[in-house]
Amino acid sequence: MYKNLERYEEPGASSVLLTYADVRELLRFNQKATPPAVKKTKPLKNWVTQLQQVQQSQDQTAFEELFNYFAPRVKSFLIRSGASTSTAEECAQEVMVAVWNKAHLFDPSRASVSTWIFTIARNKNIDALRKQRRPEPENLTWGPECEPEATDILTLQQETEQLRLAMSTLPDQQKALLQKAYFGDLSHSEIAAETGLPLGTIKSRLRLALNKLRQTMK
Amino acid sequence: MNDIKHHLSDQLLLGYSAGALPEAFNLIVATHLEMCDECRAASHAFDSVGGVLLDDLAKAEMSNDALSRTLDLVANTRQIHKTEVGSEIPNPLAAYVGSSLADIKWRPIGMGVRQVVLKTSKSATARLLYIPAGSVVPDHGHRGTELTLVLKGAFSDETARFAVGDVEMADQNLEHTPMADINEDCICLTATDAPLRFNSWFPRLAQRFLKI
Repeated sequence: MYKNLERYEEPGASSVLLTYADVRELLRFNQKATPPAVKKTKPLKNWVTQLQQVQQSQDQTAFEELFNYFAPRVKSFLIRSGASTSTAEECAQEVMVAVWNKAHLFDPSRASVSTWIFTIARNKNIDALRKQRRPEPENLTWGPECEPEATDILTLQQETEQLRLAMSTLPDQQKALLQKAYFGDLSHSEIAAETGLPLGTIKSRLRLALNKLRQTMK
Repeated sequence: MNDIKHHLSDQLLLGYSAGALPEAFNLIVATHLEMCDECRAASHAFDSVGGVLLDDLAKAEMSNDALSRTLDLVANTRQIHKTEVGSEIPNPLAAYVGSSLADIKWRPIGMGVRQVVLKTSKSATARLLYIPAGSVVPDHGHRGTELTLVLKGAFSDETARFAVGDVEMADQNLEHTPMADINEDCICLTATDAPLRFNSWFPRLAQRFLKI
C-alpha cells in the first residue's frame, strides 16, 4: 500500500501541497538552524473572549462584534464559491445563527474562532449551495468537569497566528492557489493537477506551522 | 485506535478541509477521522488554513437589517442537542446505513461477496462491501481513485494487509485482488470516482447490472 501511496503522491503524477515527507525534512532542517525572522505584522484580534461571552451569557453586544467582523467575510466566501449576492446574504445570516446556537461546542484549545466559523460556513456552502450532505466526525466535546486549560488555549491561538504569518510569506501565486482550493470550488482532481508545483517552492515555514498545529491538536 | 497503519493522504485531508471532495469521499474521510486521532489532528490543521484565508477575505457588506434579522432567527430556532448513542457503526456512516450492521440489506455480487450502494451525490459512489472470511473480491483495476476503509476484520492484497481503521488508496496503476483474513468476515466502506474495471468477462457483465 505505501509503495502505491508514494507513487500516488509523486510530484508530477499527482502532487499535494504538503506531505509527511516534507514534514520530516523540515524537522531535520529545524534541528540545524533557526528559520530567518518573519516580517512582523500586528497580530489579529482572536475573538475568543467574544465567543465565550456568547457561549456563557448569550451576550448580544459580543455577538454584534462577531457579526460585524465575520458576517461580511462569510458572505464574501459564499459569493466567491458561486452564490448570488442575495443567497450569500441569506446563508451568511444562517451561518451566524449557527455560530450563536453552536457556541457551546466551540473549544478554543482546538480551533481559532476564524477556523471554527470557516468550518460552519464551508458546511453551509456544501449543504445549501451544492445540495450535498457533509459527513462529519462527531464533535469531541469536553464535559463541564474538564474545561480546556488556559495554556492549551494560548498555545493553539499562538500557533494559528504563526500559521497566519507563514501564509503571509507565501508568493502571491501560491496564496491564490490556496484561496482557490478553499473558496473557488476547485475540485479534488483539480487540486491534484493545479497544485503540481515543485513541493520545494512551498515555504517550509508554512509546513512547520501546520506540523506544529497537528502536534498540538493530537 | 492506535494501531492504524494506513492513513489518509494529505491531498485527501486538504480536499476534505477545503470542501472539494465528492460526498462519497467525504464519507470515507469522516468515518476514518472518527477512528483515527492522528488524521483528525491533521484535518484540524488543514481547517486552520481555511480560517486564516477567511480572515484575509475582503468584506462583502451585509444589508442594513442583517443583524436584527439574524437575532430574530436566533430567537426562533431552538438549539438541537443531538444525543449520540453508542453504535458499532461510526457516526458519520450511521447517518447513511443506520446504527446496526445486522439491519443492512446486503445484495450478493458473486463469489460470496455482498454489497450495498449508499445514496450519495453522483460524482462518486460509496458502498459497503461484505467479504466472507477467506474470500476474495474479483481481481480489478480502477479508472479513477478507489478508497477502501476497513470497518471490521481485515483484508490483504498485493500491496499490504489492512485492518480496522486502515485506508487503502488505489489509483489506476493498481490492479489488486483483496482477500479477507481467513478467520473473520471483513466489512469495508469504499468510494470510487469511476467504475471499477474487472479483469474477466463475468464480473464485467455483472458490473452493468450491479452498479459496481
